[in-house]
Amino acid sequence: MILKISWRNIWRNKLRSLVVMTAIFLGVWSGVFIDALSLGMNNQRTENFLSTSIGHIQIHNPKYLEDNKISFTISNSNELLDFGKNIDGFHISNRTKIGGMVSSANGASAGNVVGIIPENEKEVSSIYESMVYGNYFEEYKKNGIVIGRKLAEKLKVKVNSKIILTFQDPNNEIIASAFRIQGIYKTANSRFDEMNVFVQQQDLARIMNTEILIHESGIWLDNKENVDQVTENLKSNFSNLEVRSWKIIAPDLSYTDEIMMQMLYIIMLIILAALAFGIINTMLMAILERRRELGMLMAVGMNKTKLFSMVVIETIFLSLISGPLGLFVAYLSVEYFKVNGMDFSSVAAGLEDVGYSTIVYFDMDPEFYFGTLVMVVTTAILSSIYPAYKALQLNPVESIRGI
Amino acid sequence: MSIIKTNNLERFYTEGGLTVKALNGVTLNIEEGEFTAIVGPSGSGKTTLLNVIGGLDSPTNGTVEIAGTEITNMKDNMLIDFRLKNIGFVFQAYNLIPVLSALENTEFIMLLQKEPKAKREERAKQLLKEVGLESQINKKPNEMSGGQQQRVAVARALASKPKFVLADEPTANLDSKSTADLLDIMHELNQKEKTTFIFSTHDQRVIDRATRVITLEDGKIISDETKK
Repeated sequence: MILKISWRNIWRNKLRSLVVMTAIFLGVWSGVFIDALSLGMNNQRTENFLSTSIGHIQIHNPKYLEDNKISFTISNSNELLDFGKNIDGFHISNRTKIGGMVSSANGASAGNVVGIIPENEKEVSSIYESMVYGNYFEEYKKNGIVIGRKLAEKLKVKVNSKIILTFQDPNNEIIASAFRIQGIYKTANSRFDEMNVFVQQQDLARIMNTEILIHESGIWLDNKENVDQVTENLKSNFSNLEVRSWKIIAPDLSYTDEIMMQMLYIIMLIILAALAFGIINTMLMAILERRRELGMLMAVGMNKTKLFSMVVIETIFLSLISGPLGLFVAYLSVEYFKVNGMDFSSVAAGLEDVGYSTIVYFDMDPEFYFGTLVMVVTTAILSSIYPAYKALQLNPVESIRGI
Repeated sequence: MSIIKTNNLERFYTEGGLTVKALNGVTLNIEEGEFTAIVGPSGSGKTTLLNVIGGLDSPTNGTVEIAGTEITNMKDNMLIDFRLKNIGFVFQAYNLIPVLSALENTEFIMLLQKEPKAKREERAKQLLKEVGLESQINKKPNEMSGGQQQRVAVARALASKPKFVLADEPTANLDSKSTADLLDIMHELNQKEKTTFIFSTHDQRVIDRATRVITLEDGKIISDETKK
């Protein structure tokens, strides 16, 4: 009957209970919604960086990392190709990478000239999926080049425009060569788009009159979870090379990934802490209004444990009606935006500057829903303690004003 | 057999720096089966005496013995349990639980006593029948008149089979008809089941029906009259 009384007590002041339940509902819903948005943005940002610019693992000549000299190449790049053949889900692209200037009739910009074999690069990078004009080396065209949209806008060029690449060859001679734009790509990272142009390796070798030079091996694994293991394996097999996983190359991304769940829980905790004060206030008002009744209950023989339990149960009911409902609606919202994404085109420029996509696909760890439910229940219990304590402090005589 | 014994009860309050002697040396014995009215002007100490006898308030000096057990120095939790098992309360403002029906209100005390559901329901229905509310058992307090609510309160007070019932101005909020009905019921219970009732009251109709009238003034018993 304690449960029955607690349940019915909630509905004695429907408006007040509905207000606090709505607050809990909105708090839980908005908390999960914001968390799923944040997680989706972060995951997409990480994936964008990995799939366009970093990959899962990169290998360099150690000296190249200290000084990007064209002569610091990976001499045994073919062995890396052979090594990869023995590992499932291992994709590798050997790149020529030279710093240089890109210029058109309308301007110039510093950037990286990346020489690739398009078929191999498609295995480790998603840039070919990000073409907005032209194509990604669909057929071989001598001195064809693919550039980012940001750079194209800066240089005021379009597909088929001619641009000049200027860089040093291994003999430290300055080389300038004309390239014709074959395609323009646009990733979620506008800085990357501005800094990186892609050409075919064989063109670079021909222009510099050298063999194909490999400065960087980019590796993509079908299973991201294997990164650490494969990195260690590569390190032990290629001790002359610098093997780095994405976690080392971009520690900010890795760190954000690691602390993301903690941050999500902290956001939820802050929301629930704010809600707790609302719950406490509501329950204190309820206790104050019912002090005569509570005094009577103590007078007729309801012990303190039962009285305490009644207030606690009432508070838990109040939270457990609206909390799970908020979670359920949040789950539906998250699932919808997980599939359809949320369009942030109106602030695209700002987002892309820092590597975020303009369409954000929500994401959420299923465990988070359970964790949030536990937090809601815990908040309810903690919020009930003070009002329940205040109820115990009532003096039956004063509460009823004499029997 | 004495069911209540008080010995030189004193209860002092401090109000605005002044000591108020609400009870000033009250010694009395109440026998099982009495229908006792405690009367006196406002501020004479009637309610304080009932509070102290009922274990809701502690005396400054003196002792209270209920059925041979001294309750004056009992700890809070023991006292709550003692009240549950031994004392029935009827309050001036009924003080029913608004979210429960008449039947559930009557059952409530037995629930605290951990009586099984079937037994609770049977006794509650029997008591509500005795107070003339068998057709109202599913009504909530706000669906009943003041008189009906007070009758539910009497049924609730009796549900735990207490040694006595303390009633503070039980008819104060009732009209003449409801007062007469309530007094009839309590008198009948007193006569048939030997239930001991102790009232504090101003109401002459209650005083007229009482078998013993104790008059208080300034915290002292100034008369104690047993009717034949």
